[in-house]
Amino acid sequence: MIRFILLQNRQGKTRLAKYYIPLEESEKHKVEYEVHRLVVNRDPKFTNFVEFRTHKVIYRRYAGLFFSLCVDITDNELAYLEGIHLFVEILDHFFSNVCELDLVFNFHKVYLILDEFILAGEFQETSKKAIIERMGELEKQE
Amino acid sequence: MNPFSSGTRLRDMIRAIRACKTAAEERAVIRKECASIRAAISDNDQTFRHRNLAKLMFIHMLGYPTHFGQMECLKLIAAPGFAEKRIGYLGLMLLLDERQEVLMLVTNSLKQDLNQNNQHIVGLALCALGNICSADMARDLAPEVEKLLQFRDPNIRKKAALCSIRIIKKVPDLADNFVDPVVSLLKEKHHGVLLTGIQLCTDLCKVNEEALEYFRKKCTEGLVRSLKDVVNSPYVPEYDISGIADPFLHIRLLRVLRILGHGDADASDCMSDILAQVATKTESHKNAGNAILYECVGTIMSVEDNGGLRVLAINILGRFLSNRDNNIRYVALNMLMKAIAVDAQAVQRHRATILECVKDLDASIRKRALELVYLLVNESNVKPLMKELVDYLEVSDQGFKGDLTAKICSIVEKFSPDKIWYIDQMLKVLSEAGNFVKASVWHALVVVITNASNLQGYSVRSLYRAIQISRDQETLIRVAVWCIGEYGDMLVNNIEMLDIEEPITVTESDAVDVVEIAIKNHSLNLTTRAMCLIALLKLSSRFPSCSQRIKEIIAQYKGSLLLELQQRSVEFNSIIGKHKNIRSALVERMPVLDEATYNGRRARSASAAVSTSLEFASNLSNGVIARTDVAPLVDLLDMGADEPVPPCSSGGNFLLDLIDVDMPSSSSQSDVLLDLLSAWSPPPQKGSPTTDIILLNQDDKPSVNALDILSSSMVPSGEAKPTGPYMMDLLDVFGPNPATPEESGPTFPPIVAYESSALTIIFNFSKRPENPQMTDIEAMFTNKSSDVYTDFVFQAAVPKVNA
Repeated sequence: MIRFILLQNRQGKTRLAKYYIPLEESEKHKVEYEVHRLVVNRDPKFTNFVEFRTHKVIYRRYAGLFFSLCVDITDNELAYLEGIHLFVEILDHFFSNVCELDLVFNFHKVYLILDEFILAGEFQETSKKAIIERMGELEKQE
Repeated sequence: MNPFSSGTRLRDMIRAIRACKTAAEERAVIRKECASIRAAISDNDQTFRHRNLAKLMFIHMLGYPTHFGQMECLKLIAAPGFAEKRIGYLGLMLLLDERQEVLMLVTNSLKQDLNQNNQHIVGLALCALGNICSADMARDLAPEVEKLLQFRDPNIRKKAALCSIRIIKKVPDLADNFVDPVVSLLKEKHHGVLLTGIQLCTDLCKVNEEALEYFRKKCTEGLVRSLKDVVNSPYVPEYDISGIADPFLHIRLLRVLRILGHGDADASDCMSDILAQVATKTESHKNAGNAILYECVGTIMSVEDNGGLRVLAINILGRFLSNRDNNIRYVALNMLMKAIAVDAQAVQRHRATILECVKDLDASIRKRALELVYLLVNESNVKPLMKELVDYLEVSDQGFKGDLTAKICSIVEKFSPDKIWYIDQMLKVLSEAGNFVKASVWHALVVVITNASNLQGYSVRSLYRAIQISRDQETLIRVAVWCIGEYGDMLVNNIEMLDIEEPITVTESDAVDVVEIAIKNHSLNLTTRAMCLIALLKLSSRFPSCSQRIKEIIAQYKGSLLLELQQRSVEFNSIIGKHKNIRSALVERMPVLDEATYNGRRARSASAAVSTSLEFASNLSNGVIARTDVAPLVDLLDMGADEPVPPCSSGGNFLLDLIDVDMPSSSSQSDVLLDLLSAWSPPPQKGSPTTDIILLNQDDKPSVNALDILSSSMVPSGEAKPTGPYMMDLLDVFGPNPATPEESGPTFPPIVAYESSALTIIFNFSKRPENPQMTDIEAMFTNKSSDVYTDFVFQAAVPKVNA
C-alpha cells in the first residue's frame, strides 16, 4: 500500500503531498524534509529505491521534480516505478507538456487527477485515456 | 461558477507569494491573506467560500497553520453544487485526518452524498471516505459502500472497491459483508474494476481466514483464466505499456494468486501452467516486463513446490542479478533472500556476484546484499566470505561501516571454527572499525581471551601490534589496554609463542608507553582512560622496573577534573606507595568467567533488555554479591557487567572497596571493612552466613539483602573490628587499626558504623531463627559532645542490588 506521495523540487519545496496514513503536521514536515534529503543527492545510475524507516521510498526524477512514493517493504518496487511514470504521463497529457509552474498554479487539479489515479493507497485506474476522459467530465460539471 | 477561471484571486495570491523575495515578505503576504479569509469566515461569506478554501489549501501546503478553515470544509461539503463540494472534499482530505473529532460531523453529509444520483458527487464522497475514514465512519457507512459495489457506472464500482479496503482495514469484522460482492467484481471485464476488485480480494484474504478459504475454492480458476486472458490479449492501446497489456493488472493477479496458492497444493497446481507461461514468455527488456517477472518469481517461491517452476524462477533471478540496471539487481537481491529458504544451494552459486554487490556504490544495493550475505554464511564458507567482508571494511564509506561491522561481528561470533580465527577476525574489525563495535561484542572478545589460556600471549602481542597502527579506534584501545594490563608479562617475555607468530621485542617501558599514550589522549572517553589507570596499576606490579614511572603517571591524575580519574589516581597511588605487601594480591589476573555462562547471560540480558544496573545484579558471580551502579563513575563497572570482577574493582563514589575480603589470612593487616560494594566471598569454611551468600549466588538470586552482606562480610574478619572512621579518610583504613578480637559464633559482632569526636554509632545484629534471610539491626547512637542534639536524622544508604 502507498503510504504517501510527494512531489518536490530540487530545493525541497513540496509541490504536492498526499498522505494515506494519518500523521501529525509536524511529522509530515519532518517526513518531507527527510525524503528530500534521501533522494536529492543520489546518483542517476543508482537504484530508484531507498529504504526509509521501516518502509521504502520509490522515487523518480523528472527534470527538477522528484516524484516519491512511500510503500510497504514487501511491495513490488518496479511496479510502483512504472506507476510514477504513468502518473507523469497523465499530467503531461493533461497540461500538455507539464512544467513545475503548472503544478503550482493548478495544484487543486493535480490533486483531482491523483484522486482518479490512486485511492486509499492503491492504484485505481491504469488507463491514461480513462483518467483524462474522466477529468474532462469533471471539468464539465463545474 | 468556477472559482479558478473567474476572479483569478487564487492565481493572484500564488503570484504574490511567488514574487516574495524573502521569507519575511512571504509571511506578511500570508498573514494578510489569512486575515481576510478569517474575516470572510466570520461574515459567513458564501460566494467566495470555495475560493478562500482553495487559497487556504495552498497556504497549508507552504506549511502555515490553517486549522481555522476546517469548518469551512464541512460547510462546502454540505453545499449543493458540485464545484463547492469538490473543493470541500479536497480540503477535508488535506486539512483533516481521521483523528480529528470534527470529522464525525461530516458523516451525515457523506451519507447523503453517497446516495446522490449524480455519480460524480458519489465519486467525490467515496474518494474522501477511502482516503480518510475512521473506524466509526467505516461502521456507519459500510452499507452504502457495499451497495455502491453494484453501481451502474464502473468508475463508482472501482472507487467503492478501494473504499471497502479502507473499511475492512479499519473494522475487520465487516469483512464478511464484502465477500459476495467481490466474487462478482472478480468476473468483471473492465480493467479498473477488476484491478480494484482483485485488490479488495487480496486484502480480504489478509484479514479473514474464512474469506481466504472461500476465494480459494470459488475464484482460483476464474483468476487464473483472467490472467491467461490478459497475458494473451491482443494489443490494447489504452492499457499498453511498452508492449505489455496492463502490467499493473498482471501484477495484481499474480499477487492474489500468490496468496491463494500459498499452502494449498490444489490451487498451486491450478496456476502452475500460467505461471510457467508468464515466466518464460514475458519480455524482459523494459521495466514493465521485469516488474511482471519479479512478481511472478515471488509467486512461484510462495506457492506449493513445483520443482520445474522453481528452477525457472531461480534462473530469472540469476539473469536479474547480472543485469546492468541497478533497479533490477536490487529486486533480485531482495527476492534471493526469499529464495534461500526454498533452494539455498542455488543461491550459493551466485555468492561471488552477491559479494560484489556488497561493494556497490549504491547504499540501497549494498544494504540488501549485506543482508543476503549474512543469510548465506555457513560453516564451510565463512572463512573466504569473512576475508572479503573484512577487506571491504577498510574501504567502505563511513555511513555503511556501522551496519557492516555489526553483521561481521555477528557472523564471526556465530560461525568461528576456532578461537584463534575468532580472535584474529575480531582484531581486524577492531582495528578497522573499532568505533562501530558494540560494547557487548568486545566484552565477549575479552571473555574469549581470558578463557583461551594458550592464546593469551598471542592475543596481547597481536593487540600490541594492532594498536601501533590504528590509534584512533576506541574499542581496540580498550581491549588492548585491558590485555596489556592483564598479560603484560606475556607481551614482554614472548610467553606462549605460537609457530605462526613473528617474534617481537617489546620492552617493559614500551608496554607502559602504549597505556600512557592512551590515557593522555583526551579524545578518548572516561571509561577508556579509567581502564588505562587500572592497567597501569596492574603493570606496576608486573614490571617492577617501571614501577616508579607508573607511579608518576598515576600521580598526574590526582588533580584531574574528572572525578573518577582523580579518585582512582589517589587510591592507586596509595596502593603503590604504602601497600606494597598487598599490591601483588590486589592486581592478580582476573578470574576466568565461564564462556557458556557468559553467553547465556548475554542472550538473556539482550532479550530482556535490562538496564546495566540490573545486569550487574544478575551477572555477578565469583562470589561478588552486590555492587552499586554509580553510572558516571564507571571504570571497571563496564567490565564488571560482563566480566569477573577484579579484586580491585571499584563501584561507588562513597565507599572504598579496594580491600579484598578474599584474604582472611591477612586479615590482621587489611582489616576488613564494610566492603558493601564488592564483598569477595570468603571460602565457605566459616559460619552459616557465608554459606548463605554462596547459596544465594548459586541460585543466581541477586536479591541479597544488603544487610546480609554487611554482616557476612564481617565473618571472615572474625577477630578484626574496624574502629577507624572509615567514611572520613578512606585511605587511612589501611593503617593498622587496633584489632579487637571478638567471639565469632552464631551471633554477629557489633560494628562501629561511625565514629567521630562527637558521635559514635554502633550497630548490633541479630538473626531471627525463623527467617535467616532477615537481619535485625539495632543502632546505638552515643553523643560524646557536650552539646544537645535536636532534630537528629539518621540516613543510611544501602546499595541497590535488586530491581
